[in-house]
Amino acid sequence: MELLVASSIGLLTAGGVYLILRLRTFPVIVGLSLLSYAVNLFIFASGRLAIGLPPIWSKTAEGYSDPLVQALVLTAIVISFGMTAVIVMLGLGAYLEAGDDRIDMEPSSPADDSGEDRA
Amino acid sequence: MSHWIIAPVVFPAVLGALAVLVARFDIVLQRVIGLAGVLALAALAILLLRAATLTGPEAYFLGDWPAPFGIVLVLDRLSALMLLLTAALALPVLLYVVGTGWDRRGQHFHALFLFQMMGLNGAFLTGDAFNLFVFFEVLLIASYGLMIHGGGRDRLKAGVQYVAFNLVGSTLFLFALATIYSVTGTLNLADLAQKVAILPEGDAALIRVGAVMLLLVFAIKGALVPVQFWLPGTYANAPGPVAALFAVMTKVGAYAVLRVYTLVFPPQTPATGSMFADLILPAGLVTLCLGAIGVLGARSLGRTVAFAAIASMGTLFTAVSVFSPAGTAAALYYLLHSTFATAAMFLVTDLVLARRGTGSLAEARPPIAQSGLIASLFFVCAVAMAGMPPLSGFLGKLLILDATRAAMGLVWPVILGTSMLMVVGFAQAGSLLFWKATALSSDTQRSEARPNALPFVVIGLLLSLLIGLTLFAGPVTGWLAKTAAELYTPAPYIAANALPVGG
Repeated sequence: MELLVASSIGLLTAGGVYLILRLRTFPVIVGLSLLSYAVNLFIFASGRLAIGLPPIWSKTAEGYSDPLVQALVLTAIVISFGMTAVIVMLGLGAYLEAGDDRIDMEPSSPADDSGEDRA
Repeated sequence: MSHWIIAPVVFPAVLGALAVLVARFDIVLQRVIGLAGVLALAALAILLLRAATLTGPEAYFLGDWPAPFGIVLVLDRLSALMLLLTAALALPVLLYVVGTGWDRRGQHFHALFLFQMMGLNGAFLTGDAFNLFVFFEVLLIASYGLMIHGGGRDRLKAGVQYVAFNLVGSTLFLFALATIYSVTGTLNLADLAQKVAILPEGDAALIRVGAVMLLLVFAIKGALVPVQFWLPGTYANAPGPVAALFAVMTKVGAYAVLRVYTLVFPPQTPATGSMFADLILPAGLVTLCLGAIGVLGARSLGRTVAFAAIASMGTLFTAVSVFSPAGTAAALYYLLHSTFATAAMFLVTDLVLARRGTGSLAEARPPIAQSGLIASLFFVCAVAMAGMPPLSGFLGKLLILDATRAAMGLVWPVILGTSMLMVVGFAQAGSLLFWKATALSSDTQRSEARPNALPFVVIGLLLSLLIGLTLFAGPVTGWLAKTAAELYTPAPYIAANALPVGG
C-alpha cells in the first residue's frame, strides 16, 4: 500500500508541476488542483498509513489512526477548494477582459498604455 | 489570561462582515467602519505592546484547549511590534484611499482591507505552524481581492499570475508542514522547538527537507531570490495604496523566518546547524543586487519602486541571516523603516500616475500639477529608500553593517555598492519625471479645482514616522535589542504555552 500511495502522490505532483508550467490559464488551474490533491494525500500519509483503525475512541479498537491529520486535510481541502474557485473567477475575468487566456504579460502597445509598461 | 490577545483577529473579522452586510451600498458608512476599525486596531496594538513589554510572552488558548492539542495564539514583543507596525501602516494607507477615492472604483474595498488586517494580525500572533498557514491564506485571499481592485486588463492578468504563484506557494507550505509533522508529531511552535532539539539522528534528513521547504515558502512571501519574480508585476499593477499596504506583506515572510528559525530551528540545533544562515545570506545578497540593478534598469516608475522594495527585502534578509541578537535588532529596525519608506514611495508613485497618466520612463511628458510638491516628496522618499543620511534608512544600514562585521569582506561592498546604484536609479527616474518635464514645456498642467490635501498630508504622516524613527533611534533600538534578545532566549515563550511535562 505504501508503494501505491507514494507513487500516486508522485504522479499527481509530476502532472501538476507539468501543467502549471503551461502558457494558458486553464491547464495551470487544473495543475494547481492536481497539486492540491497530491498534497492532501501527502498530509494524510504523514500521520502514518493505517487500515481499519478508528480515529477517535471506540471500545473494540485495537489501535487508532492519527485524527489530527484528518482535521488538517479537511482544512486544506476547504482552503484549496475556495482558492481554486477564486482563481477560476479571476482567470475568467482576465479572459473576458483581454480576449485571450494566455497567462504571461505581453508588452502592451504605447497607445493604450494606461498604467505601466511591461517588461 | 488576557482576552485582548484575540481581539486583533476577531475584531476586523466582525467589522469586515459588517461592512459587507450592513454598509454594502453606503460608501460613507463603509469608510467610517474601515477607519474606526483601523484606529481601534492601532489602540489595541499599543495596549498589547505595553502588555508584552511589561509581562513577557503570554499565550491565549482558544476554547481553553491546552497546547499542543488546541490552537494557541502567543503574544510576545516581536508579534506586538508587528501588530503595531501593521496598524501604523494601515491607518495612513486607508486615509489615502479615502482621500483619493480609490475605494469608489470597485466594490468592498473596506471589507477586504479589514480581512487583510485580520490575516496579517493572525499570522503575527499565532503560535502554531498550521495556523500560520491558515492565516497566510486569509491574508492572501483578501490581497487577491485588493490587488485586482478597480479592474482593468493588465491588472487582472497580473492578478492571475499573483494568485497562481501564491497557490503553488501554499501547496509547498502544506508539503513542508506535513513533512515536519510526520517527523515530530506536532505543529505547535513551542512543542516543535522542544522536539526538534532532541530529535534522533535518523530523522535529521527528513526534518531538514521540511525546514528547507518551509524556508522556500517564506522566501516566496519575502520576495527572496530565486522566487522574487512575482513581486514587480504584482506591485506595479496593483492600485497604488494597495501596493503601499503590500509593503507589510513581504515583511510577513521576514517575520516568519525570524520566528521559526530562531524558535524551532536555532543555529545550535544538532539536526540542522547553521544551514539556514548559509542559505539566506547569499540569497539576501543576490536579492539586494538584483533589486538595485532593477531600480537602475526599470522602464516604468511602478517597477522602479517595486525593485526598490525587493532590494530592501534583500538588505533585511542579509541582516536576518546573521542570526545574532545584534543582527536581528538591526533587521527589525530596518524592517520598520523599509515598510514606511516603501509605502510612502508607492503613494507618491500613485500621485504621479494619477496626474501623468503613465508611469513609463521612456520619454519625458509635460509637467504635472503640483509638480514641485510631489517632486520634493519623491526626493525625500528616494533618500529614505536608498538609505542615505539623514533619514532612518541610513541608520538601519549602519546598524546592519555593524552587525555583519564577521562577513565584512562580502557584505559591506554589496550593501554600499547597491546603495550607490539605487541613488543613481532614483536620480535618473526623478530627473526624467520632474526636470526634463519642465524643459519640455514651461507651463504646468492647469488644475481647475484646488487639489485634495489629504493624500499629501498622509504621505507627510508616513515620512514623519520615518523622521520619528530617526530622532528616537536610541530608545527604539534599545527596545528592539531587548526584543531580539527575547527571540534568542525562547524559554519564556515555550513556558507560556504550558506544555505537558514529558509530552
